[in-house]
Amino acid sequence: MSTLFDVKHNPRKAYTSFAILGIALIAFPFIASNFGNSWVRIMDLALLYIMLALGLNIVVGMAGLLDLGYIAFYALGAYMTGLLASPQFASVLESFVNNYPAVGETLRWIVGEEAAQNGIHLSVWLIVPLGAALAAVFGALLGAPTLKLRGDYLAIVTLGFGEIIRIFMNNLNAPVNITNGPQGINMIDPIRIFGVSLAGEPGSRATVYFGEWGMPSVNAYYFLFLFLCAVIIFISIRLQHSRLGRAWIAIREDEIAAKAMGINTRNIKLLAFGMGASFGGVAGAMFASFQGFVSPESFSLTESIAVLAMVVLGGIGHIPGVVLGGVILAALPEVLRHVVEPVQRQLFGAVLVDAEVLRQLLYGLAMVVIMLYRPEGLWPSPKHEDRMDANAKKRLDEKEPTALAA
Amino acid sequence: MDTFIQQIINGLVLGSMYALVALGYTMVYGVLNLINFAHGDVLMIGAMVGITILKIVQSVAPDLPGIVKLGIAIIGAIPVCILVNVIIERVAYRRLRNAPRLAPLITAIGVSILLQTFAMMIWGRNPIPFPQVMPAEPFTIGGALISPTQVMLLVLATVAMLGLVLLVERTRMGRAMRATAENPRVAGLMGVDSNKVIVMTFAIGAALAAVAGVMWGANYASAQFAMGFVPGLKAFSAAVLGGIGNIYGAMVGGILLGIIESLGAGYIGDLTGGFLGSHYQDIFAFVVLIIVLTLRPSGIMGERVADRA
Amino acid sequence: MSEQVILKIAGVNKRFGGLQALSDVNIKILKGQIYGLIGPNGAGKTTFFNVITGLYQADTGTFELDGKPYSPSAPHEVAKAGIARTFQNIRLFGEMSALENVMVGRHVRTKQGVFGAVFHHKAAREEEAAIRQRAMELLDFVGIAKFAHRTARHLSYGDQRRLEIARALATDPQLLALDEPAAGMNATEKLALRELLVKIKAEGKTILLIEHDVKLMMGLCDRLTVLDYGKPIAEGLPAEVQSNPAVIEAYLGGGH
Repeated sequence: MSTLFDVKHNPRKAYTSFAILGIALIAFPFIASNFGNSWVRIMDLALLYIMLALGLNIVVGMAGLLDLGYIAFYALGAYMTGLLASPQFASVLESFVNNYPAVGETLRWIVGEEAAQNGIHLSVWLIVPLGAALAAVFGALLGAPTLKLRGDYLAIVTLGFGEIIRIFMNNLNAPVNITNGPQGINMIDPIRIFGVSLAGEPGSRATVYFGEWGMPSVNAYYFLFLFLCAVIIFISIRLQHSRLGRAWIAIREDEIAAKAMGINTRNIKLLAFGMGASFGGVAGAMFASFQGFVSPESFSLTESIAVLAMVVLGGIGHIPGVVLGGVILAALPEVLRHVVEPVQRQLFGAVLVDAEVLRQLLYGLAMVVIMLYRPEGLWPSPKHEDRMDANAKKRLDEKEPTALAA
Repeated sequence: MDTFIQQIINGLVLGSMYALVALGYTMVYGVLNLINFAHGDVLMIGAMVGITILKIVQSVAPDLPGIVKLGIAIIGAIPVCILVNVIIERVAYRRLRNAPRLAPLITAIGVSILLQTFAMMIWGRNPIPFPQVMPAEPFTIGGALISPTQVMLLVLATVAMLGLVLLVERTRMGRAMRATAENPRVAGLMGVDSNKVIVMTFAIGAALAAVAGVMWGANYASAQFAMGFVPGLKAFSAAVLGGIGNIYGAMVGGILLGIIESLGAGYIGDLTGGFLGSHYQDIFAFVVLIIVLTLRPSGIMGERVADRA
Repeated sequence: MSEQVILKIAGVNKRFGGLQALSDVNIKILKGQIYGLIGPNGAGKTTFFNVITGLYQADTGTFELDGKPYSPSAPHEVAKAGIARTFQNIRLFGEMSALENVMVGRHVRTKQGVFGAVFHHKAAREEEAAIRQRAMELLDFVGIAKFAHRTARHLSYGDQRRLEIARALATDPQLLALDEPAAGMNATEKLALRELLVKIKAEGKTILLIEHDVKLMMGLCDRLTVLDYGKPIAEGLPAEVQSNPAVIEAYLGGGH
């Protein structure tokens, strides 16, 4: 962990940093609300991307496995939510009944008549763990064929898997309609916590009320996502400094030596894929509820690469760096859109470089420039030497001169 | 559904384009051990530049025969593609020759994105129609149809591949390329300038991709900034199928993958009882890739590589 | 020195295409011995190491560790069974600190997984503390305790070799297999290495050693096997091996 937040070795500095950060994060939506909803909305999406980046960080950053199809797990979590928290399942069931009656009738018997009419509507408390579990299982499944592959091949194969999943999402609407094809699934339930819907009740103009006091829906989602992000960061840090985390890093540094030291690289790699994927699944589930609909175009290779760019830009393997990379690459293009397009109109009379192009440019440049000039990322892990607690460092400085003198 | 012969012809056409692009991948991998992720986008640049040139030719000399116009487009696209690929090598890859494996791959991805973005800025986001200059009337072979564009493609591809074989087997530069692919350091000791060889490799690959790109655009009558990515991946799969690093493997792999994809798309409906349709065509290349890498990573014509501790 | 046989390997053959890298190699090592494997370059010493530690698969051979057969099919199984090795070209986990490198060595003897990592329950915390403590002890044992928090690839060459040995010791091996630990060292460093190996032997560990420095080996090893072109050409006490004409010929070529 970075020296700014190093609780073990420099507690006073760490807690101060945390306090400042905490206050800023909590105050942000209240301040930003004065300028409309869009800023908080941008941060909501950025928080989702940060979750994705942290998940990918486990696979790429800690274990050193270049996964280019990571967005598939986001898609799985999102589509699972689409099927289990919307009216969609009713259509799915109907289409099964029409085409494969035996399967259809069995399904109808399992879910009951109500679900057959209105679809399945699981609560968020079930959706989140289910999304994590489904993604984790697929993570291991998709990782399994890649275990013996070297870096570049692994990348291409995972990319292939990502594309295969997207193609399936796009085409599983005939003969049986599961994913509703290119149109995607809409009318996904918003998240309800203790009876309060985070989208606001109908007629409240997207305002969520806790008793008398209300806040915009995007703010409510902000706090939820912030909480989830914090949990994921916590889990990531715990994993990194554990026996498992060390095993991942060992595999990244030298797989042969890792094996020779007794690490079952097959299982440990599968764990990396699974854990990393589970974060993606949770983020996907949140995304589906937040946006209210899912469609295949949100889950293209471009998105996989975007998440990779965040990890690379921020600092592969360094959690605060990855968060920074996520913030920069998720929020910056949107922020720029609000600034750059009006400026261009002023200067040139028209928008020459629109926000989408800008976003792509940023991603491409981030990856090329960082790899060429600062491959460790904008905020890399501090060296071990810099991390030692103050006492040990003093002792070392005292010892060395005497050793040399002797 | 098309007849078997029709599908074979479609497969050969598709496969020739894959083969041309696969050659670029395999040659670069042979000398640098790097997957030039951006290679598929060079195909796209070839197609886009081809359109631009054709539009100019159409307005300046509309009476030229279609073949000649397409030929001019190809001749014009080749230097542009070469320039792009050579610049990419010089700017993005050269510094990372000795970097850990992940770095050049990530850079390559970044370059691919940048190429697509620049294409988006120059030619816009939407697909552009490719001017149809060849006669439209198809030939008939054994009950199957093949258009003049496709015939031209097959001829060009064959000529290009033969030319490459001659270059690699019979010329000094070809020998230098083979030596550098086997052992760059020793080749250097023998007086081979590895930088020159690498630039040459990128240039040849780009030229082949330019041909493939123009003909792809002509065959499918349109082009778009993102068009290169998926064919690029498939061509890479073809290179792996044939044996990465081996140019004969790239040719064989390309043609074979084209036929597999064509037949697969044709028969997948029957195979799965109607559950999967031909929209799943793109999956074949990836499935082939995964199978090859899992069961026989050296590909059809590759050699086994041992891993020394 | 006891009579207990720690390692018994018999009839190992290994072919790479047209090259017979190992022909009918046998080795028997007693507990507490320092056993040397020498031979000219290319004789198959590292290949033999790779075979007994599971990096390569032998064509034939029986493998017994401490009387029990073990299957050298996967390196991590071999480590679990009790053979730990170092590598000819040092293979450390470069970006980790020295301490963390040794802590990885404890992986095979510990068991906390995802749950323990995330929840830090009592058993997990205790195991982690034990890992850290043992790792520090081992760093001290090999003499680089003061570099515990230094990034591994920043260590000097000699210290990196020590670190690799400490890491191997962390797996609590029955047999420590060292592949040219003295390569690239000067005379002083070799002396220090010799002291360390003697110290390890004094702890009761058994060592199998590949080396080129014949003087070092003669002074250090209890017994030796000499390989030439994959075949064992001599076995026995250092004095016997040294004066064996076949050995002399292998090293110096014919006509001596």
